[in-house]
Amino acid sequence: MIEVKGVSKAYGGKPVVDNVSLTIREGCVTSFIGPNGAGKSTLLSIISRLLQKDGGEVLIDGRDVAQWKSTELAKKISILKQSNHVNLRLTVRELVSFGRFPYSQGKLTKEDWSKVDEAIAYMDLSDLQHKFLDQLSGGQNQRAFIAMVIAQNTDYILLDEPLNNLDMKHSVQIMKVLRRLTEELGKTIIIVIHDINFASCYSDYIVALKDGRIVKEGPTETIIDSAVLQHIYDMDIPIELINGNRIGVYFK
Amino acid sequence: MKLWMLIAALAIMSVASLFIGVKDISPLDLFSMTTEQWQVMNISRIPRLVSILIAGVGMSIAGLIMQQLSRNKFVSPTTAGTDDSAKLGILVALLLFPAAATMHKMLIAFAFALAGTYVFMKFMDRLKFKDTIFIPLVGLMFGNVINAATTFFAYKNDMIQSITSWLQGSFSSVMSGRYELLYVSLPLLVVAYLYANKFTIAGMGEEFSVNLGLNHRLVVNIGLVIVALVSVVVILTIGTIPFLGLIIPNIVTLYVGDNLRKSLVHTALLGAAFVLACDILGRVIIYPYEVPIGLTVGVIGSVVFLYLLMRRKAYEA
Amino acid sequence: MKLKLTLLAALAAAVIIAFLFVDLPHNWDYALPRRLKKVLAIALTGGAIAYATLIFQTMTNNRILTPNIIGLDSLYMLIQTFVIFAFGVVSLPSTNQNVNFGLTVGIMLLFVGVLYRLIFKREGNNLFFLLLVGLVMGTMFGSMSTFMQVLIDPNDFLIVQGKMFASFNNVNTKLLLLSVIVIAGVALYASRFSKYLDVLSLGKEHAVNLGIPYNFVVKNLLVIVAILIAVSTALVGPIAFLGLLVVNLAYQFMRTYRHRILIPGSMLISIIALVGGQLIVEQVFTFETTVSVIINFIGGAYFLYLLLRESKA
Repeated sequence: MIEVKGVSKAYGGKPVVDNVSLTIREGCVTSFIGPNGAGKSTLLSIISRLLQKDGGEVLIDGRDVAQWKSTELAKKISILKQSNHVNLRLTVRELVSFGRFPYSQGKLTKEDWSKVDEAIAYMDLSDLQHKFLDQLSGGQNQRAFIAMVIAQNTDYILLDEPLNNLDMKHSVQIMKVLRRLTEELGKTIIIVIHDINFASCYSDYIVALKDGRIVKEGPTETIIDSAVLQHIYDMDIPIELINGNRIGVYFK
Repeated sequence: MKLWMLIAALAIMSVASLFIGVKDISPLDLFSMTTEQWQVMNISRIPRLVSILIAGVGMSIAGLIMQQLSRNKFVSPTTAGTDDSAKLGILVALLLFPAAATMHKMLIAFAFALAGTYVFMKFMDRLKFKDTIFIPLVGLMFGNVINAATTFFAYKNDMIQSITSWLQGSFSSVMSGRYELLYVSLPLLVVAYLYANKFTIAGMGEEFSVNLGLNHRLVVNIGLVIVALVSVVVILTIGTIPFLGLIIPNIVTLYVGDNLRKSLVHTALLGAAFVLACDILGRVIIYPYEVPIGLTVGVIGSVVFLYLLMRRKAYEA
Repeated sequence: MKLKLTLLAALAAAVIIAFLFVDLPHNWDYALPRRLKKVLAIALTGGAIAYATLIFQTMTNNRILTPNIIGLDSLYMLIQTFVIFAFGVVSLPSTNQNVNFGLTVGIMLLFVGVLYRLIFKREGNNLFFLLLVGLVMGTMFGSMSTFMQVLIDPNDFLIVQGKMFASFNNVNTKLLLLSVIVIAGVALYASRFSKYLDVLSLGKEHAVNLGIPYNFVVKNLLVIVAILIAVSTALVGPIAFLGLLVVNLAYQFMRTYRHRILIPGSMLISIIALVGGQLIVEQVFTFETTVSVIINFIGGAYFLYLLLRESKA
């Protein structure tokens, strides 16, 4: 279980995350939504120890992030940020194999390699696995990095705007994979996402942030609601029910 | 800092500068100066003051333009290979035309430095500002390549020390007849002022400028030619003054912001004031000897720069 | 991969043998041990610089940086200039190599320590910030050295000038031995971090995600790099471009990201370049120039070529 207790972070005196407390439900997809500058990505980075917090604590399975041994934590929780430019000439398979580092410390066993193959198959990358990353399109690249995170085989997977720069087809493809990861493998997934409709269709819980604070959190249908969204985004967003999904019509 | 404060400080120091030196001249003598005192004023003190002002203004502006164009606060003209090309030029002048007059040697070195900077600009053109962090580093590398050639010949002819002393920034040898090359930079600075807005736009990037109907490459080239020429002229008459082009624009940005038209005047005045203050300090600190400007600015400048860096860090971290 | 490494090893051996035996004078029992010592010094510094540069580039995720930019070269020159300026040519720190070596290494490590404390004291250790600060300090040291170099007697200056270039001609046996021990010890210590290097080259965020104790590793590696550069510079003098040249050549030739291969590869290339360069300096230029001038020239030109090639792509 991930518990966030009174976490704060400020840049140059300006609070970006302000005394946030939160419990993440296991085996679910949780989305962080909110306007630009709400502190979503910062909070995600703090939970995953990429960023130091100024105050508060983040407990993962009851133990503070700072108390975990980094290698052990890497078997529990993984994070993928949005810009994943790597300056190396790597093939997809080589990249994915890095996901096994926490287990193998660089010396991959047969079992490690079979996990790598599984992850590649899971992301439908088998045909591309010997291609170099710089030969791939943006969507394929993103899938390769997600495959690496899958190979890392952690209980908690954190993704910072995984749909950034992807077209509709690839966005749907990735969201479906995330759903499968929770449903088939019981993973707990947290994503930062801008499109409230993707959040609505694919997540179980939504945490809405604004100005570094949690405005509201709860099951998806309680957040995707005109009154709540009005409060978060300061704009009128009518909600329509389409094929059983709650869709915000905010285009006009 | 207000503009009038800068102007006042500059004026006071300028007057003070005229009356500091081994030959005792006090402001009271002004209306009853002996011929000798007049000579000292005309041949040494006034040229010195003028060259300090021009060098201070020129190098700061050159740094500012360079930083605007590259959108990188840590780029300065001294990292464009200009220095090292000038050094090679001086060496060639000393080796091939040992009998030539100083002015001629200067012209030879000038041609070299310009050519070197132009070659570097060509390199940069190919790089298309792809990543601004590369530019100062490429410049350093480029300078090192030229430097290796210089060292090769200087080592063979035992001239490393004389080259070093020539390029050390110092105003002590400025005299009428030996600094007039500096005036070349005055029209360039006027052009810089006229183009100020365009540099700001060009700094936003090629696509941004094209969208606003600006000939991006032309503006960038004009900027770089100004930078190169001003630097060359200062290096050849005074020597290298490290950090000047780096710290002055950075300080000004802190209190005026990034609009070039606005910050240009501040940068020019602050640059002149800073060099003047350093020069006066260098002249009084071990009076009657003097510490060369290269050292005073080098030490004070790096301390100031480090302070700026730390401050910046405190904001960002 | 194995083949390429073997090829490099063979080439390195060939260059070393050529260096030892070409034009060997008749009194070989005097000349050969001297040449052996020289070749050992070259191989040691070449290897250490290549290793340090490779680690440094991996840490900074940048192929065009060298550890020299944190100001160690300029500091070395400042120390050497200051010794002559303040104490004179005949003073103890100037004539006694042991004192000079100890002084230089000591001050350099002190400098790195101060720099390091200054920067890592604050949260969010930023390596590029450190580089910039180092660069600034380097320029400051440079202007101080220039000041003194202009003032000292031209005859004394020749001594300073001699220090500007890496020289393998007068390496002190005791110091060489000491350096071998220090560098071997550091390399041994560094080997416990070598498994992290591949992951570090992915960048900070991926490295942290994959469970690398990032701050700990980077701080340790930085100290390792500093010691290697300090010792090799104090032993023979500065060769700024060597590391950049050989590490990039190694990347180009070995075509891999695996440090297990890159480390020996770049070290071998470095040894080939330095020993070969020294051979050319001695046989072709008859000591009219120094190997560091040649390396800087070739290294710089190669570097510009790399940049231009990349900018076209």
